[in-house]
Parts: sequence; C-alpha cells; structure tokens
Amino acid sequence: MITMVDVALQPTRVAASRSARKTSGLKSALQRKSTTAFLMTLPLILLIGILVVYPAFYALHLATLNKAMTKFVGFGNFQFLFKRDTFWMVVEQSCLFAITAVIFKALIGFIVAHFAHNIPSKKQRKWRGMLLVPWVIPPAMSTLAWLWLFDPSYSAFNYTLSAFGIGPISWLGEVGWARFSVILVNVWYGAPFFMIMYLASLKSVPDQLYEAAAIDGANWWQRIWYVTLPMMRNIIAITTLFSLIVTFANFDITRILTAGGPLDHTHLFATWAFKIGIESSDIPLGASVSLFMAPILAIAAVFILRDISKRGNEA
Amino acid sequence: MSALTIDKSGPTRKVKYGSMSRDRTWALRWSYFFLTLFAIVALVPPIYMLITSLKSSAEISAATNPWWVYHPTLSNYKELLTSNQYLRFFWNSAMVSVIVVAVTMLISVPAAFALSRMRFWGSATLATGVFLTYLIPDSLLFIPLFKMFALFGDYTGIQLINRWYVLLLLYPTLTVPFATWIMIGYFASIPKELDEAAIIDGASWFQTLTRIFIPVALPGLIAATIFAFTVSWAQFLYPLVFTTSTDQLVLPVGITTTLIKGDVFNWGQIMTGALLGAAPPLLIYAFLMDYYIAGLTAGATKG
Repeated sequence: MITMVDVALQPTRVAASRSARKTSGLKSALQRKSTTAFLMTLPLILLIGILVVYPAFYALHLATLNKAMTKFVGFGNFQFLFKRDTFWMVVEQSCLFAITAVIFKALIGFIVAHFAHNIPSKKQRKWRGMLLVPWVIPPAMSTLAWLWLFDPSYSAFNYTLSAFGIGPISWLGEVGWARFSVILVNVWYGAPFFMIMYLASLKSVPDQLYEAAAIDGANWWQRIWYVTLPMMRNIIAITTLFSLIVTFANFDITRILTAGGPLDHTHLFATWAFKIGIESSDIPLGASVSLFMAPILAIAAVFILRDISKRGNEA
Repeated sequence: MSALTIDKSGPTRKVKYGSMSRDRTWALRWSYFFLTLFAIVALVPPIYMLITSLKSSAEISAATNPWWVYHPTLSNYKELLTSNQYLRFFWNSAMVSVIVVAVTMLISVPAAFALSRMRFWGSATLATGVFLTYLIPDSLLFIPLFKMFALFGDYTGIQLINRWYVLLLLYPTLTVPFATWIMIGYFASIPKELDEAAIIDGASWFQTLTRIFIPVALPGLIAATIFAFTVSWAQFLYPLVFTTSTDQLVLPVGITTTLIKGDVFNWGQIMTGALLGAAPPLLIYAFLMDYYIAGLTAGATKG
C-alpha cells in the first residue's frame, strides 16, 4: 500500500520541485506529506480503534445488560455485585496482591540491582543473564513448575523443609498460604524486570556525584538516599506504576496456581471475570467485574503520562 | 602509587586507604554472596523442570529425593516429540507468533516513521494514544472482544471463535502499541540532517524509510521483533478464551488443558512440555540478550 501511494506521488513531487518558489507548490507538498503520513498510520488507527477502543466502550454497554443480553438493567449488575461477599473479597485480594507484590518486586529489584552494579562490569553480563531468566520464561510455563513445586503430596519444598522438621505446608490449600504463594510467584516473575530497569538507571548516574558525596563525608546510606534515589526517581516511578497496572490485571499465575481457590479466596478481578463471563457464560456480569480494573489503571496511567512528559521536557 | 601517597601524607592516611579498600573487598564479597542467592532462587523452577522432565512416572510417584534424578530417561521427550497433538500445539504457536511478528512490524514501522517525522493533524495525540493503548491489559478486553467476535460470526457467517487464526487479530493489539512506541523512540533519536539530506537528494519518503531509517534503527527493530515474538509466544488469556478444540490450541493453553487430565497429573510430561515450550524465548534471549534488554528498557527510557 505504501509503495503504491509513493509511486503515485512521484510525478507530482517532480512537478513540485520545479515550482518550488510558488507558495501553492509548497502548500500541496505539505498537504501531500500529511496525507502520506496519515495513510501510514491508518492500519495502526484501525487496529486500535476496532480492537481496543471499541471493545472498551462495548464493555460499558455490556455491563448494563441482563444475563441473556435482552434487557437494559442500568446499574443492576453493579448493585448485584456490591451485595455479594465474594466481590468484596476479590477487591480486597486484588489490592493486597497488587500492592504487596509490587512493593516486594521493587525492593528486591532495587537490592539486586545494587549488588549487580557493585561487581566489575565484565562479570555483570553473566549475572544479569541468569537473574533475568524468570522474566523470559512464558509465565504460563513457569507457573506450571511452581504448581509442581507446591504439589500437595510431592511438593519439593515440603521435602526440603521436612529435613528441618518444618511442615508439611499446604501451599495452595490454605487461604493464607495460597495468598502467599500467588504473591511469591508473581514477585519471582516480576522482580527481574525491576532489576534490569534499575540497573540501567544506576549506570546512568554520573560517578562524579558519588565522588563528590564521598568527599563530603556521606556514608553508604546517605549516598543512596541523597544521590541514587533522587537520580532514579523517575525510573522508579514509571516502573512501579507500570508494574502496578500489569500486576493488578494479572491473570496467568492465579489461574494456573489456584484458579481462584480455595473457596474464591485468591481470585483477582481478571480470574473472577473469566470464571463468571466465560466459564459461567454470564457475559454482562463478567464485563462489569473486569470494568472495576479501569479506575485504578486510569489513575496509574495519568501519573505515568505525567512522568513521561516530564522526562521529555528535561531532555 | 600507594607508596607515593604514604610518603606524602603520613601514616594516618595509610590506615584510611587500607580500610577503604578492605570495605570494597567486603562489599564485593557480599555482593557475590547475595547475587548467588538470588540467582539460585531465580533458577530453581526452570532447573526443577529439567530434573522432573528426566524422570519416569515410576520414579516421580516413588517420592524419592525430588532434587535428584536416579534413573535419567528421555522417554518424556520422546513421547512428546512424537505426539501429533503436542507437535500441533508447537506448530500453532510458531505459526501464530511468526505471522503476528510480521503483521506487527508492517503496521508499527510505517506508523512510527510517520509519527516521529511527519507532523500532521493529531499526530502528537495519536502518539500518546498509542502509549495509553499499551497500558490497557488483555484482562480488561477479553469479554467484550469475545462477544464482538461471536456477534461477528452470527452476522457474517465467518466463524472466528475457536479458530487459531482469531489470535492473529488479537495479538497485534498487545504487540503493535509497544512496538510502535519503541520505534518512535529509536526513529526520533536519528538526527534530522540525515533524512533532510536524503530528501534533498531526491529520495521519496518511502526511500528515506527503507534506506535510512530502517538500517540506522536496526537494533530497535530487532528489539521490537523480539518483543512481539515473546509476547505472542507467552500469551495465555486470549487463546484460553477464544480457542477450545485441541487442534486449534497454542502451547501454553495446550499444555495446561490437555496434559492435565482430570486429577491425574503426569508431571514428567507436563514439565517436559513446559520446558520445550519455554525453549524458543530462552534461546532467543541467550543469543540476543542485549537486544532483548534494550527492548525491555526502551519503553521507559526512550520516551
């Protein structure tokens, strides 16, 4: 398509260059440029319009229908959800899951990035390579390995812990442990991403700043607090907000590990919406559940955009 | 050099220098210690996959030391690699991922070029919009998309649900926004003089794109390609929702739904299947680590 447009425009381009001094030629050249540009972005616009923006609004419409999708019920689905205990449990678990997981991912990522930054740069590659492996394995596959590690009768963790006289722990069978396990797997999967982002950002902090701080007598803690953190502020903010969105909307790990169990205690919005909307084929109610993710995503998105435009202004 | 310093500044300085280098050595040792610890945690699940995949069902149910293989066997690998069903999953995954990568690049490279170089009405808004789209997760859209495609099938008679090619429509919504976003970053970092010179020499926009932008931004292009491939390969929610027949499934869904039969878990085969399924992204990562990491960090640093 691009080629065709381009070829078709060639003769006019030659003509335009001949009458370059005339304003009309310049105007048509500009117009042609913006038409070409528009055509080049058209597939992108169509894709986003039809398969992202439209479904997002369609979800709003679906949420106002009854189960058979024949009748408009207004906020009926939401009222129904507010009265159910499971819904409030899902809200609580989603927030607990997302906030705890993101805090631990950020903390561990920060600590590991520091250790990796400490060692000679020649050896960093090898370590970075090993530490990023959890992020590279498709989560559905690695979660299966965790499911096997947590297995009720053959758990390799319980085997190891029994040597110390601990356990057996019912990793996915008890509410508290099941909640711990899904968070643990999410932290394992996501912390390497933070590590990589922080490591890249640590490398961009000029050495002179640390030298200056050392001369001023700053200790290790003060160097982190007054030099590293302010310099990394933006990356930390963007990475955390981004991870908050992804973690809040997480599906794979909980679905494979517990499928929401025991007794719906580990359901997140995504897995519960799947259970209601697809497995029980109540599409409107499922759409209503998934829509509850939208506000927190919107808030995080606003902050990310602010940070990114700030970066753009600084540069 | 240290001898010189001692001569100049006396014994007190010597002690201080010594303590500083001793601190460094200890910091280094602690760093290695903790890095080893974290690396072990990071690698336990994949290594355990490998250990289990080498065991026979008899050895697994005998509940011997789970961390050791007493009678290594390749029977799980042989069984899966000769199973038409598993090969079908692998083939479906490969086909979907490769086509999605091609579609992604065809859509996002021209779009990124236009958005980074040819200002037009609404181009700035569109660039921001692309980034916002990237932040919309799959778990927010799968229900309306499912209903949309079901209705589309009812009206036109073209059945998309439970066909592997429906994924070709769905995956680009996840790959294109990010690929476009990082390509905008890479294209924007190319000096304007370069394409101005090409335009003056009479190159068309298309020639500027293929002769200058694509070669110069090749690392970004590779990073975006790797990203699109790994996202397509790993996607779990969409195929779980949209495909159900075993001959239409891709790897992640195929392994979790067919190898787990009821309550009977054939763990040797599940782990083998998962490990083989994780192999393509791991191999790409092993050989193209720098591009992989560039793509990972580009999202936030190239903005």
